[in-house]
Amino acid sequence: MARTTRASTATTAGTSERLSVRKTYKLYVGGKFPRSESGRTYEVLDAKGRFLANVAQGSRKDAREAVVAARAAQAGWAAATAYNRGQVLYRVAEVLEGRRDQLVAEVGAGEGLTARQAELAVSEAIDRWVWYAGWTDKIAQVAGAANPVAGPYFNLSSPEPTGVVVVLAPQRSSLLGLVSTIAPPLVTGNTVVVVASEQRPVPAVTLSEVLATSDVPGGVVNVLTGRAAELAPPLASHRDVDAMDLAGAVGLDGATGVAGIGWGELEAAAADSVKRVLRPATDRRGNDAEPDWTEAPRPQRILAFTETKTVWHPKGI
Amino acid sequence: MPSQPSTTSSTSSAAAAAFEYAPAPESRAVVDIRSSYGLFVDGAFSAASDDGSFKTVNPATEEVLAEVAEATEADVDRAVRAARRAQDKVWGPMPGRERAKYLFRIARLLAERSREFAVLETLDNGKPIRESRDVDVPTAAAHFFYYAGWADKLEHAGYGADPRPHGVAAQVIPWNFPLLMLAWKIAPALATGNTVVLKPAETTPLTALLFADVLRQAELPPGVVNIVTGAGATGAALVGHPGIDKVAFTGSTAVGKRIAREIAGSRKHATLELGGKAANIVFDDAPIDQAVEGIVNGIFFNQGQVCCAGSRLLVQETIAEELVERLKSRLGTLRVGDPMDKNTDVGAINSSQQLARITELTEAGVAEGATRWSPACDLPSSGYWFAPTLFTGVSAAHRIAREEIFGPVLSVLTFRTPAEAVAKANNTPYGLSAGIWTEKGSRILWMADRLRAGVVWSNTFNRFDPTSPFGGYKESGYGREGGRHGLASYLIEGSTY
Amino acid sequence: MSTTATGLSDRSPADVAESARSVTGSTSLDDAAWRRFLHGLPGVDRVGADGRAAMLGTRSIKTTAKAWALDTIVRMVDLTTLEGADTPGKVRSLAAKAVRPEPNDASCPSAAAVCVYNDLVPVAVEALAGTGVKVAAVATAFPSGRASRAVRLADTREAVDAGADEIDMVIDRGAFLSGRYEQVYDDIVAVRAQCRAGGRHAHLKVILETGELATYDNVRRASWLAMLAGADFIKTSTGKVSPAATLPVTVVMLEAVRDFRAQTGVQVGVKPAGGIRTSKDAIKYLVAVNEVAGPDWLDPDWFRFGASSLLNDVLMQRNKLATGAYWGPDYVTVD
Repeated sequence: MARTTRASTATTAGTSERLSVRKTYKLYVGGKFPRSESGRTYEVLDAKGRFLANVAQGSRKDAREAVVAARAAQAGWAAATAYNRGQVLYRVAEVLEGRRDQLVAEVGAGEGLTARQAELAVSEAIDRWVWYAGWTDKIAQVAGAANPVAGPYFNLSSPEPTGVVVVLAPQRSSLLGLVSTIAPPLVTGNTVVVVASEQRPVPAVTLSEVLATSDVPGGVVNVLTGRAAELAPPLASHRDVDAMDLAGAVGLDGATGVAGIGWGELEAAAADSVKRVLRPATDRRGNDAEPDWTEAPRPQRILAFTETKTVWHPKGI
Repeated sequence: MPSQPSTTSSTSSAAAAAFEYAPAPESRAVVDIRSSYGLFVDGAFSAASDDGSFKTVNPATEEVLAEVAEATEADVDRAVRAARRAQDKVWGPMPGRERAKYLFRIARLLAERSREFAVLETLDNGKPIRESRDVDVPTAAAHFFYYAGWADKLEHAGYGADPRPHGVAAQVIPWNFPLLMLAWKIAPALATGNTVVLKPAETTPLTALLFADVLRQAELPPGVVNIVTGAGATGAALVGHPGIDKVAFTGSTAVGKRIAREIAGSRKHATLELGGKAANIVFDDAPIDQAVEGIVNGIFFNQGQVCCAGSRLLVQETIAEELVERLKSRLGTLRVGDPMDKNTDVGAINSSQQLARITELTEAGVAEGATRWSPACDLPSSGYWFAPTLFTGVSAAHRIAREEIFGPVLSVLTFRTPAEAVAKANNTPYGLSAGIWTEKGSRILWMADRLRAGVVWSNTFNRFDPTSPFGGYKESGYGREGGRHGLASYLIEGSTY
Repeated sequence: MSTTATGLSDRSPADVAESARSVTGSTSLDDAAWRRFLHGLPGVDRVGADGRAAMLGTRSIKTTAKAWALDTIVRMVDLTTLEGADTPGKVRSLAAKAVRPEPNDASCPSAAAVCVYNDLVPVAVEALAGTGVKVAAVATAFPSGRASRAVRLADTREAVDAGADEIDMVIDRGAFLSGRYEQVYDDIVAVRAQCRAGGRHAHLKVILETGELATYDNVRRASWLAMLAGADFIKTSTGKVSPAATLPVTVVMLEAVRDFRAQTGVQVGVKPAGGIRTSKDAIKYLVAVNEVAGPDWLDPDWFRFGASSLLNDVLMQRNKLATGAYWGPDYVTVD
């Protein structure tokens, strides 16, 4: 981003500085980088209101394609061993580390942070990813149970992935918030369709490039950019979506809902197929609020996208 | 075994003197049914604010058992306020070890009065006395006993050092296991420090009202448990009441969706335990006699009015014909009739509405081309009855293979490979339970991994235990009841939805 | 492959062997063939079988059904004495009891048989002559069976020659548990031949000693092996090993005879023995017979109780049912 910004000033200044090659910001669906089928883009500005990029403005059809890709990838991702998922997710952190400077620039520009603040946010995001990667082969031990039933039966409960999870990524925290919402469902084998922060989508696009160049199978994470108000309703009512994280249904200005759509409407639409819905957080006064993502995470966000399966079997000779 | 039972019976002439079981009715005298019941609010019975009431009948005879108050919005409001006061002033501040002792008392009282509860349950619900006596009531008591012990150990349950209750829980329960569902709801709520407003089903309110008498004997503080009887409107008023913090519902998926929509956008938490269309999968190496028992138990337990009933029998093609023959022989020995008779296996359908639904869906099964079979059995002339029914030639597209019938109707489908069995089993919006029958352990675990269901019974079916979490995937609902997991949704720190 | 009116199988040895080859699908009938067949039988899940038996045990048999059941139990009892201290006097006393269990009540039926050791068969035969009560002899080096085949066959032959109507043999559990199925089969075939030798036709009951077979899978396999070898009855236990008869084991055996008849057309009887002491327990067995094998087995030709103290309890219950008063042991005869 920093380079892009520099480049744009350079052209007008006519200096000898090299004209940079700009990136086309695309969606990330099924491991590929398509443009929106609608052909639309929208202009993204930095925190000071300057042009950053034209970003793909995903459509309902793009959302539908993303769900198809996520569904197709889900069984395979869930079937990988927990150890393997942990390694794959850890590998993402390694690649993120390599993109550190780029992410610092993007987060700083988008969120209006100082270089120091942006570095902290990116460090926290990478460390957060590592934290979640380590959970893959532990969550079943923490959340499962061997149940001592009153009879000659082996009885074991263990958490399983819910399936396809739609994440409305936090509007404010464009990387740390994003990581803190998409990593938890991935831990147990869910696949994700994430709607990036509407006004701060650039780190999400970079993250999709990181995912594409790490070992995460295509379709496990699908990144949509665009208008949340356009993308969220069809995803909320989509019958092949199993769960939703509405973290991003709190506006940048703290307004509840996304661009005029209350999260309650999304939750109500989700009820038609009994989706699991993680509501937006609240502040101390009970108002909807984006949480402070730097606070120590808890495994509850992982558990929100699991189903407890209990298996019975007789014990006898 | 490779062949079907032959019809060439080689019996000696002296044999076959019929062993007719004489009627063995349980005594009704053990329970006093009052002619009318009020609402149980703030520790006392009272009439509905508009004096409204409805009748509850014995579905086996259509005899009216009692008049029961129908709670209005104002009554619900009074109950919620009572629950709030009790939570703020008494139950919330009470140390866990004291709450525990109340729950232990309730468990013991239920056990002491078990015969009374069993008889009343059978009269009001229509289920065989053998089931209410051997399953419903003892399991309900066990549930209270189990959760009693959690009340002073919550800090060790994995939800943080000081997990907090939501406050007031609105609990709406169904008619298929009236007392047991009451226990599943009330025990964890009270153990965690919540207070309760419970709405029993309109066709089966009596054991909940008798439970109020247990609370009196236990000297539970007023307002901790409030019982408001009524129909759908009462339930809607309760779920929609702004003073509640948590909804726990067991019932149909349609109503569950309405509740989820109703509370959308609020901060009320919910657990939903909804419908099911469970596959019971039988491989050709199954322990065949136990599989037959499991299939029978899976679909005819409680007349099939069980959300986790094994209503879709998936049989490996190699043994399909033989298994169906064995099933038919076994169904011929089921004893259908008077629920109060200790030898009855299949009792009455709970209501005329439910009977109409079962009838409609089975007629649809015939119309869609499936083959219907029932054993010869004489059904009583009054009451709501439906003979155990088996459908063969069922395709996955038939309504009887897709919709929850909630009755004693089994659809038989076939498969060829384990993968096909999984695909067919999972091909439903529901995901509550599943059964697997095979003697091959590794196949059981392979299947169990892939079945999208909250409870997987392998080489058994319809087992329930207070320590064992129960609940669904997909449209069968969310949240778990039973076990350590059953605490989660009653604690702020454990709740996700 | 038909049965006589008395229920005794008149399958010829050739019929039996042919049936075994046909059912197992093997002409050789060696250990490997038997293993393939017996281990190919459906498994028995122990917990499920126990649960089924427990459910049957909850049946409540009252009034007229109970009266019928009690009389039927009397008719099914093999009144048994198998002690080192047995004497002719003891056997005569037992025989008298079997013929007229309730001396003052003509409506009380006789027991099915008196079951004794081989040397006391002549005493029992004499005592029971013309009464219709059968003489059963335990043979084949009962209860362990640990003797040479020659000795076991001689033991059998002697009892048959002395007039025993029924022979209760034991299988070689050691051979069965070590997979020498062919040997077990040949033993039964050979004993059966002794039962049919010299124009006699003694009824063959094959004792599986289920307490030593350990698993229900083995009970089912041993049941099939015995039935295919020509057993007229399969019997749970000697009474000398604990556990003796249990309801679940009997249920497994009832399933076996039911399935065997379905497949071959031949009906085989079942005899639980040992440990059944009360009417209440015995009625549970009758319920199991009724609901598992079916009413065709509700007859002394097809179901027996091997018991000694059971009869007196049944008699007391009979009297209770008739008079409404509970009865004490001094009012029934000590045998």
